[in-house]
Amino acid sequence: MNKRKMYLRMITSSLMRRRSRMIIALLAVAIGATIFFGLATIYIDIPQQMGQEFRSYGANMIFLPSEDGESISDETADKLKGSIPENDLVGMTPFRYENVRINELPFMAAGTDFEQVKKTAPYWYITGNTPSGEGEVLVGKDLADTVGAGEGSEIFIKIETGNDKMEEFTFTVAGILQTGGNEEEYVFMSVADMERISGTKEGYDVFECSIRQSAQELKALSDKIGSENPGVTPRLVKRVAESEGTVLTKLQALVLLVTIVVLGLTMVTVATTMMAVVVERRKEIGLKKALGASNGSITGDFLGEGFFLGLFGGGIGIGLGFLFAHAVSLNVFSRTVFFHPVLIPITLGISAGVTILACLIPVRRATDVDPALVLKGE
Amino acid sequence: MNLLEVKNVSKIYGNLKALDDVSFNVKKGEWVAIMGPSGSGKSTVMNIIGGMDTASEGTVILDGVDITKEKDKNLTNIRRDKIGLIFQQFHLINYLTAVENVMVAQYYHSMPDEKEALAALERVGLKERARHLPAQLSGGEQQRCCIARALINYPALILADEPTGNLDEANEKKVLEIFKQLHDEGATLIVVTHDIEVAEQAQRTIVLEHGRLAKIVENEAFGDSGANAPEEEGYAAKGGLGQYGKPKRR
Repeated sequence: MNKRKMYLRMITSSLMRRRSRMIIALLAVAIGATIFFGLATIYIDIPQQMGQEFRSYGANMIFLPSEDGESISDETADKLKGSIPENDLVGMTPFRYENVRINELPFMAAGTDFEQVKKTAPYWYITGNTPSGEGEVLVGKDLADTVGAGEGSEIFIKIETGNDKMEEFTFTVAGILQTGGNEEEYVFMSVADMERISGTKEGYDVFECSIRQSAQELKALSDKIGSENPGVTPRLVKRVAESEGTVLTKLQALVLLVTIVVLGLTMVTVATTMMAVVVERRKEIGLKKALGASNGSITGDFLGEGFFLGLFGGGIGIGLGFLFAHAVSLNVFSRTVFFHPVLIPITLGISAGVTILACLIPVRRATDVDPALVLKGE
Repeated sequence: MNLLEVKNVSKIYGNLKALDDVSFNVKKGEWVAIMGPSGSGKSTVMNIIGGMDTASEGTVILDGVDITKEKDKNLTNIRRDKIGLIFQQFHLINYLTAVENVMVAQYYHSMPDEKEALAALERVGLKERARHLPAQLSGGEQQRCCIARALINYPALILADEPTGNLDEANEKKVLEIFKQLHDEGATLIVVTHDIEVAEQAQRTIVLEHGRLAKIVENEAFGDSGANAPEEEGYAAKGGLGQYGKPKRR
């Protein structure tokens, strides 16, 4: 048997045969590793998880024609869509606005794609149904109150047609829209209905996009699209894009802080436990010194135990940490987390490192033990 | 030839002289007992000879080396290379089996060798109990394991502090029988005891009182002290337990 095998045998025997003593230290390391692995998993997943949450707050980028009076054609729209990474694009909703009159009062009508609206404006609260066929509209609540429209009722929309004449069309109100914003003063219909009543196919006045990217990525994408499409002006919806970045940064900083605090507490707990272990094993330390063990050997014995304790605790922590992250993510974000294999060596390394650091002070005390005490039997 | 020379050694703690100008020699292959009442300085002199304490005055020359001038690190090396320690309270490591406890001494000395450790346990009648933890061994068995550990590195000097102090009569006899065999094979033994029957087994008994050397008693049964141990061929030089072959320097 070589020295390394004997060293491992001594350390594993100490840990396994004294497990009732080491269980507290192991628990402390395991809890620390659990919190670390869990929070690190959440830390990595936060941008994605929160990004999903932020998408529910609406579009974070809009495309406008570069010049007044111009519009964005279907071809340009397809090109814009192709510029956005497919996996990042949540939705891209077109809007074409026209002035209309309802009950002789002026209002704004918008032709849009209701399927895309569900993706870019999931916060729209609709009483009734979303228009699904020709001749159906979605009426903003303010407008509905003004003209006395309700779900299932008919409204008459007058619009200026191509030959400068006002023409009236009858629509059925599929639903009433509440957003708390300007949309409540609008009447929404399908793009096809808009083209039908206006008699023209002029393209779109604006596209609202919901893109799953950070503020920096969005800015870069916006610049790229702007330079590649001179007829289009991309604009970031700063209140969404920037607040998303701010919240994410603060959340990640909080998670990092909690992780550091937990690691610190773990270190204190392990150090305290190891201190007690050193006191308890003074005779053994003295005996080893009496047998000729150098201070380096004694230190090596304790740090080896610390290292394995860290590895065992880290291993337990990885399993429990993932369950912890999964539970947190399910409860907070209603989504599952991904397992990040890269965190395995990091967690094991940090667990072992923290445990070894925590052992250093007790080990220094261990090397101060006077072997003569062993001979005296004190 | 003297293996150990203790010359005018004193140990002073504040105003207390634990040892006062003590001098004696121990020849290679000699079995010496140190006796005295509690507080007479037995343990202090043991600790100084064993390199675990330092003398305030005087010199201790072990195997030609003045250990009173050595630093802690060298004293550790001297303990490891030249001294085998046997304790009254056995001091086995409780989470290691008997054979592992013996191998610990090998580990710190040079290279662990399980076969050799098992042979040492067989020598003291413990081979069947080699895989047992100390808590599963009787007091006598633990002491024999402690003896096997002390012998495993073929030390120049075996220091035993009250080796039978915690044993019943039957186990005391077994331990003394092992000591006799070691002595017959040329081992140099210093045994601290307060038991006159144990002391009578030695060739000489050094009696301490109040930290002073009171007298040295020759055991007539042995004739001249050290007579049975050739000066030029001691226990360590012979390879310790002869049946195990020459000592290994690994």
